[in-house]
Amino acid sequence: MGDFYSYFFGHLPDVWSGLAVTLEATVLGSAVALTLSFVFGFMANSRPVLVRGASRVIVEFFRGTSLYVQLFWLFYAFPLLFGYQLSPLFCGVLAFGMNYGAYGSEVVRGALNAVPRAQWEAAVALNMTPFQRMRRVILPQAWVQMIPPFTNLLIQLVKCTPLLWLIQAADLTTVVQQMRDRTGETTWAYLTLLVLYFVLAYALTLLMNALERHAAVRLGRRPAARSLLRSRSAEGARRSETAGGAR
Amino acid sequence: MATDPLQKPDTEHRAQDTVAAGHLIEFDQVVKRYGDHVVLDHLDFTVERGRHVTLIGPSGSGKTTILRLLMTLERISEGLILVGGRPLSHMAGPNGSLKPADEKYQREVRKKIGMVFQQFNLFPNMNVLQNITEAPVSVLGLDRAEAEERAGELLDMVGLREKITAHPTQLSGGQQQRVAIARALAMRPEILLLDEVTSALDPELVAGVLDLLREIAHTTDITMLCVTHEMGFARDISDQVLMFDGGRVIESGPPERIFGDPEQERTREFLSAVL
Ligand SMILES: Nc1ncnc2c1ncn2[C@@H]1O[C@H](COP(=O)(O)OP(=O)(O)O)[C@@H](O)[C@H]1O
Ligand SMILES: [Mg+2]
Repeated sequence: MGDFYSYFFGHLPDVWSGLAVTLEATVLGSAVALTLSFVFGFMANSRPVLVRGASRVIVEFFRGTSLYVQLFWLFYAFPLLFGYQLSPLFCGVLAFGMNYGAYGSEVVRGALNAVPRAQWEAAVALNMTPFQRMRRVILPQAWVQMIPPFTNLLIQLVKCTPLLWLIQAADLTTVVQQMRDRTGETTWAYLTLLVLYFVLAYALTLLMNALERHAAVRLGRRPAARSLLRSRSAEGARRSETAGGAR
Repeated sequence: MATDPLQKPDTEHRAQDTVAAGHLIEFDQVVKRYGDHVVLDHLDFTVERGRHVTLIGPSGSGKTTILRLLMTLERISEGLILVGGRPLSHMAGPNGSLKPADEKYQREVRKKIGMVFQQFNLFPNMNVLQNITEAPVSVLGLDRAEAEERAGELLDMVGLREKITAHPTQLSGGQQQRVAIARALAMRPEILLLDEVTSALDPELVAGVLDLLREIAHTTDITMLCVTHEMGFARDISDQVLMFDGGRVIESGPPERIFGDPEQERTREFLSAVL
């Protein structure tokens, strides 16, 4: 134990730089994922059958193929085919973004559909344009419903970032792995990783809970204060049961 | 006296419309089907400008469907609906034929029409003021100050000025419905559609909303189409009552006659059941 931690604290700059890579992959990956969620989510809800079909195919492809294999493909196969080596971080951001964008598009589609049709009707009765209806009425209400499942996806994305190790990105896991190799302290190295990822995931949960709270207050709902500290998954299940009743 | 919030600036324009159009609303052999369930069966009726028309009839007789067709929330199966002489959901196609209207055309015709719903349907992501000013600003292009001033006047009229920054969830049903009425009026509709607007309210809140509608009926020239089970109210405000059954108008006339001395047995049965 002593060996590992003296090494760990002796090389804090390495830890920080690993953490920075992990955070970078998380932030950029979820930004790509968020964008794609909306693109494919709107496509899935649109009228032209070709647009809907295209979104379906893309989403099913990324949900149905393994994230590992996509990473390997981008990092190892892509350069062979196109003669251009992508950076590990870029591969990670792209693969995480497309994967979680595919899952996220289902969240967007579901949340848009969960806004009561009566809201759409009221907006039509006020002669709003289709864009105004979406932008001013439907989306603000759907957004509140999207935050909890987005939180789940974000946490899953963070927990996938150790895969970066497989393509030689210098992320947090890679750095701690190297410390384990140096010190031979497997138990303490992996325990440290458990704790670090837990803290990371929990911090993100708190952030997203605050965001959700803010959005809910804007809809005139008053969430209980303790919901701020609660983690998502158990509550996510409960919510999806009652989602139809939230109006 | 302060400016009347309901007064319309373009009266000459409207008078012209009347001359050109005859009836303000005209249903011409309108059929509405859901699958093979025929809800409206070659329905004909007309409404003159400025009239207050009440639709009565048993549940499921298609009253809501009529209002929803007028609000372009449903597509017509056959026939034609004219509003101010223009087809509501059809536009000119090749060689004088009619084809289903596109969004742009529908928005043009829809300008004239406002609707108040049974369940209020206020926007929960906006406060009272925003609910009322959103469409005047984004759809009619009023500047915000003007829209807010008008919203204030309308809130005075519906008696809810002090709730201007309240959230819909903080209001009673009756208050929400009065805001919804103000929101519809803020768009200066020529035609106001009211679909059982008090039937979701607790009994003690009904009177306030009905009084407000009476006031609107008596002080404005808005044409009103009203579905209601409040027969006393219908008697007070209507110029004409239409009795529906089986997807058709089976009897129509002034309220005194329909309520006092109906011709049809079905009307008599219906009235004795609801009165
Ligand atoms: N979206 C729909 N799909 C299928 N049937 C419908 C739909 N909307 C209304 N109907 C049917 O149309 C008939 C008339 O409904 P409605 O206009 O709501 O009647 P009312 O308002 O007079 O009670 C009813 O039998 C109803 O079941
Ligand atoms: Mg009805």
